[in-house]
Amino acid sequence: MMETQQVEVNEYHEHIKTLFDDGYEMMVDLTAVDWFRKKEPRFEVVVNLLSLSKNERKMIKVNIDDETLSIPSITDIYPGANFYEREVYDMFGIIFENHPELTRILMPDDWIGHPLRKDYGSGRIPVQFKNAPKVD
Amino acid sequence: MVKNKENSEDLEFWATNSEEGGWNIASTDEGSQKMNEEESDQQLKIQTGSDVVDDYFVEEETSEDERMIVNMGPQHPSTHGVLRLQVELEGEAVRRVKPVIGYLHTGMEKTGEELTYLQGPTNTTRMDYLSPFFNELVFSLTTEKLLDIEVPARAQTIRILMTELNRVSSHLVALATGGMDIGALSMMIFGFRERELILNFFEKTTGLRMNHNYIRPGGVAADLPDDWQKDVKEILKVIPEKLKDYDEMLLDNPIWQGRLQNVGILTTEECLAYGITGPSIRAAGYGWDLRKMQPYSGIEKFDFNVPVLQESDVFARWRIKVLEILESLKIVEQAMNSMPKGPYKIQDKKVTPPPRKRLDESMEALIHHFKIYTEGFKVPEGEAYVAVESPRGELGCYIVSDGSSKPYRMHVRGPSFCNLQALPVVMADSPIADAVAAIASLDPVIGDVDR
Repeated sequence: MMETQQVEVNEYHEHIKTLFDDGYEMMVDLTAVDWFRKKEPRFEVVVNLLSLSKNERKMIKVNIDDETLSIPSITDIYPGANFYEREVYDMFGIIFENHPELTRILMPDDWIGHPLRKDYGSGRIPVQFKNAPKVD
Repeated sequence: MVKNKENSEDLEFWATNSEEGGWNIASTDEGSQKMNEEESDQQLKIQTGSDVVDDYFVEEETSEDERMIVNMGPQHPSTHGVLRLQVELEGEAVRRVKPVIGYLHTGMEKTGEELTYLQGPTNTTRMDYLSPFFNELVFSLTTEKLLDIEVPARAQTIRILMTELNRVSSHLVALATGGMDIGALSMMIFGFRERELILNFFEKTTGLRMNHNYIRPGGVAADLPDDWQKDVKEILKVIPEKLKDYDEMLLDNPIWQGRLQNVGILTTEECLAYGITGPSIRAAGYGWDLRKMQPYSGIEKFDFNVPVLQESDVFARWRIKVLEILESLKIVEQAMNSMPKGPYKIQDKKVTPPPRKRLDESMEALIHHFKIYTEGFKVPEGEAYVAVESPRGELGCYIVSDGSSKPYRMHVRGPSFCNLQALPVVMADSPIADAVAAIASLDPVIGDVDR
């Protein structure tokens, strides 16, 4: 029922556009997986498309180049990708080109680090307070 | 005393020019969360909700001088949690909206990577706290898909019974809080009163009123209590009567109609573009329901209708919730009458721990029990995405497994998260008094948004 497709970064935007024209009206989910020290390249973006008219789902996977960490944004095709791309940027540090407003969405603006990366420990990170004056 | 060394010379750093100092201005600077007076064209389009279709406009004589940016929330009763909206007003009309989220972010997806599959539902159940069973169900279904197992018929029907009751209780809260936001205070008391009936049944079955951790990979945690039919029959008898009361109070009420009709239009096109599913898309005339289209947990065996309305306004989104409650009660009744006998957990020793009474007589059972609860069971490598129809739309779970007993990556696609993107669409170019009704009609749960 669900088909998975692997796409290159430079074909990604065009591929999504063709699928959109092909009747995949809705982008239901966009997320990323960090394959730290398990796979090369490290990051993989996973997009879930849904066609309501054909009752089909399609999963698109894109490997992100480790150097640039960037991928074209699909907000011009699916406006709903806006929040999802911001979330992935926030949590993984992947840059979406041509996104209208690529800022952090869940974490504070000046947060250091990207929490869902595998090399970001949990439970051992000191709490960061925004612009807190230092105590002498 | 707290002092900032670098800036202590700079008087402008402090809001007051007194020597004692005042509030640190920099600490209130909001950076990218701030709504600016000047924004890029694309950003303006998103904030005015005209990115997809520019369809709705209130004509009102206002001048540029009346423009101001105000803040709504995060501590505001009608935002249903800690949602914050930055709103540009022009006189009484809302022109631009920018939702700011993240106040309830607790890193549940990160936590999910550190809990075993058996502990997973404890975590996911806290996401959408008004429909906890759906969160548990979607996590369990995804795990079961990875394990390639099927739970017994009784477990499936219990799951349907509990989730559909949960849909009723969740919609009742939506009706209640929606009524409160608009000023129908009796609705608020009524909705919570009827919900209590269902929560009492949940408490009897699972031990908890919310965050049940009842549906687990491999089945459900416990069998239904003795005499459970009596409680369900009570619910089936009382709720339709009370719904009639609501209809008497609101359906033909001219104030209610005047307040809600033709307010907060969200068309099918916009729903598709923003990924909005659930009651909102069905109120916009598109009969999309995952229970019918992509059935899960044996729901295709039940006979029910999917109500669809065409008006796509706040009134339709309110009405569809009432109709959906009635349909859900139909499923509950059928589930009650057709409840199969048999085990409520899969009889697979890899997944299911031995029953409690075996622990006293068998050493192996004790070891087995200990192993399952400390190490957990291993799930084969792979990935799976499963979606269910939660009261707010498509609730999906994406799990990547690396063959260990913990998910390598666990992502939950919360329906409220993307429904929030439609707030500028439903709020912009309408009076500020209607904005509250529009938020309530989308029924966002902030626990689901921020996760």
